[in-house]
Amino acid sequence: MSHFAYVGVLAFALLGTAWLEVFLRTRVYARWRRLVLTVLPVVVVFVLWDLYAIAQSHWTFDPELTTGVLLPGGLPIDEVLFFVVIPIASVLTLEAVRSVKGWEVGDEEPGDQP
Amino acid sequence: MTYTQLGLIGVVVVVVLDLFVFRTRLVRRRVFWTAYAIIIFFQLVTNGVLTGLGIVRYDGDAIIGSSTPVNEPPPFLGDGRIAYAPVEDLLFGFALVLLTLVLWVWWGRRGVQRTPWSGPPVTALRKVLGYRPPE
Repeated sequence: MSHFAYVGVLAFALLGTAWLEVFLRTRVYARWRRLVLTVLPVVVVFVLWDLYAIAQSHWTFDPELTTGVLLPGGLPIDEVLFFVVIPIASVLTLEAVRSVKGWEVGDEEPGDQP
Repeated sequence: MTYTQLGLIGVVVVVVLDLFVFRTRLVRRRVFWTAYAIIIFFQLVTNGVLTGLGIVRYDGDAIIGSSTPVNEPPPFLGDGRIAYAPVEDLLFGFALVLLTLVLWVWWGRRGVQRTPWSGPPVTALRKVLGYRPPE
C-alpha cells in the first residue's frame, strides 16, 4: 500500500465520471464557474464537519495510506480533495441522467429546449 | 455529539434546505433519486475501499457499531456496517450529495451558466442507453 491509496480512490471517482462529459455531453466542466460556486460552499461546510469529527476523534486516518499532508486541525489534504471530487462526480451523475432521460431538474425555464 | 447524531441532523438540515430554503425540491424529483441510486452504488464501492483497508478508521463511541479493529478489517456487513463502512457514512454521503445538487440547481435557476444544457448523448451511445429524443 502507499501514501496514494486515498487519492487513488479519488482518482477513480474523477476518471470514472469524466467520460460522461464527453460521451453524454453533460457540459458540467464546460460550466465551470457554476461548478466552482457549487463546490466551494460544500467544501467549507464539510471541512468544518470534518474538523469537528477529527477533534472529537470520530475518525482517524492511516498516515501510511494518506499523503501525509496535513492542514491545520490535523485535516489531511486527501479529505479536502474528497469534498471537491465527490461533488463534481455527483453533478456529473445528475446531468448524465438528465442527458439520457430529459427529466426536469428544477433550473429550466418555460420554452427551454432540453 | 456522535457521528450518528450529526449524520441524522445533516440529512434533516439539507432536506429542509432543499424543500423550504432553496426550494429546489430535488427530493421530490425522479432525476435526483435515479442519480442518487447510481451514486450510492459507487459510494459503497469507494467507501468500502477507504474503510475496508483502514484508510479511514472509526471510533466505536461515535457510531452505532464498534471501533475499526486494529489489525483486521471491520465486518463487511453487520455491527452497524454496510460494505465495511459505518451506516452513518450513508447519512453523511446523502447530505453531501444533496447539498451539492441543491446548490448546482439553485445557481442554474439564478442564471449562472444555466445553459448549455446537458445532452444528448453521442449518437453511438443513444441506443445502448435507451435514449429517446424529446417529442
